[in-house]
Amino acid sequence: MSTAALKEWPLWEVFVRSKQGLEHKHCGSLHASDAQHALQMARDVYTRRQEGVSIWVVPSNTISASEPNDKGEFFEPASDKVYRHPTFYEIPEEVGHM
Amino acid sequence: MNAPVDYLLHLADNALILGQRNAEWCGHGPILEEDIALSNNSLDLIGQARLLYQHAAEQMGKGATEDTLAYFRDVPDFRNYTLCELPHMPLMAATSAGDRDFATTIVRNFLYSSLMVLVWDQLQNSKDAQLAAIAAKSLKEVRYHLRHSRDWLVRLGDGSEVSHAKAQAALDQLLPYTQEFWTTSPQESAALANGTGIDMAALQNDWNQIVSEALQEATLQRPAAGGFVPTGKQGIHSEHLGFVLAEMQSLARQHPGAIW
Repeated sequence: MSTAALKEWPLWEVFVRSKQGLEHKHCGSLHASDAQHALQMARDVYTRRQEGVSIWVVPSNTISASEPNDKGEFFEPASDKVYRHPTFYEIPEEVGHM
Repeated sequence: MNAPVDYLLHLADNALILGQRNAEWCGHGPILEEDIALSNNSLDLIGQARLLYQHAAEQMGKGATEDTLAYFRDVPDFRNYTLCELPHMPLMAATSAGDRDFATTIVRNFLYSSLMVLVWDQLQNSKDAQLAAIAAKSLKEVRYHLRHSRDWLVRLGDGSEVSHAKAQAALDQLLPYTQEFWTTSPQESAALANGTGIDMAALQNDWNQIVSEALQEATLQRPAAGGFVPTGKQGIHSEHLGFVLAEMQSLARQHPGAIW
């Protein structure tokens, strides 16, 4: 594809659900002219080895993302709050794997 | 009850030859996603051909296999529609080189898939149980092929001036070849007579409707179908099939029995 066309076709993020009951997971992105086009291309590219039972496509420009520069104030304060992990409870054996 | 061998070969050859043609896009698609889409389409068709050849080979015996049927028959033995063997470009001498035309590919896949969704649907009721099972599997695949090609047909036809002109030119060139769908061949008559085949003429109205609706949406003019009626399914082909077979069969013929 020419670079001009790549600029004309917006970018879409692709999410695939691998089986019923599981969540849709982000698996990649592609350029397409509209949502229907993006869905069909995602079907051909991302589900050809039986990876999915459902596809979502989302215009990439509608996603708001955190800034890498915000890492300090966003994420690092959580690093010394070990008490937020429920690892201090004793779990009865009958509960099994959580 | 088994379908006549020549009828199975007709169905198989259509799938194999169009599959081989679509595979020519592998590595050359206009965009990565279309490259994969056309390869997927091609592999679906070759998969259908394999099942049909295996079924035919069982009846033929004498060492026939899917490989001998695909790789060791010559042009007059093939029973595919002439439409399936044409190159992806405006028609010219078979020895000429030209750029692949995406509109030609899309229009051909659309015309063929529109037919095959009807054919496979009906063949699910074939008295040949194995053919009925192959039909059920193939129907799902060809429904996607129709969706894919129809979607592009509308995008090209109702797109830019250039894409419209290319789609219209491809349609003008290819539509007359669909006349072959409605002529009767000995193998189709034999299959219809023993309940394993279908009445192709009965599908014509439904096919016309699928095509007309899509063309209207794509703002394309339907050319008059007239003149030469091709005879590929009777083994009389265009000059293009020989070149398809030469490329497809050369490896198997240079190394007979080779496996990996």
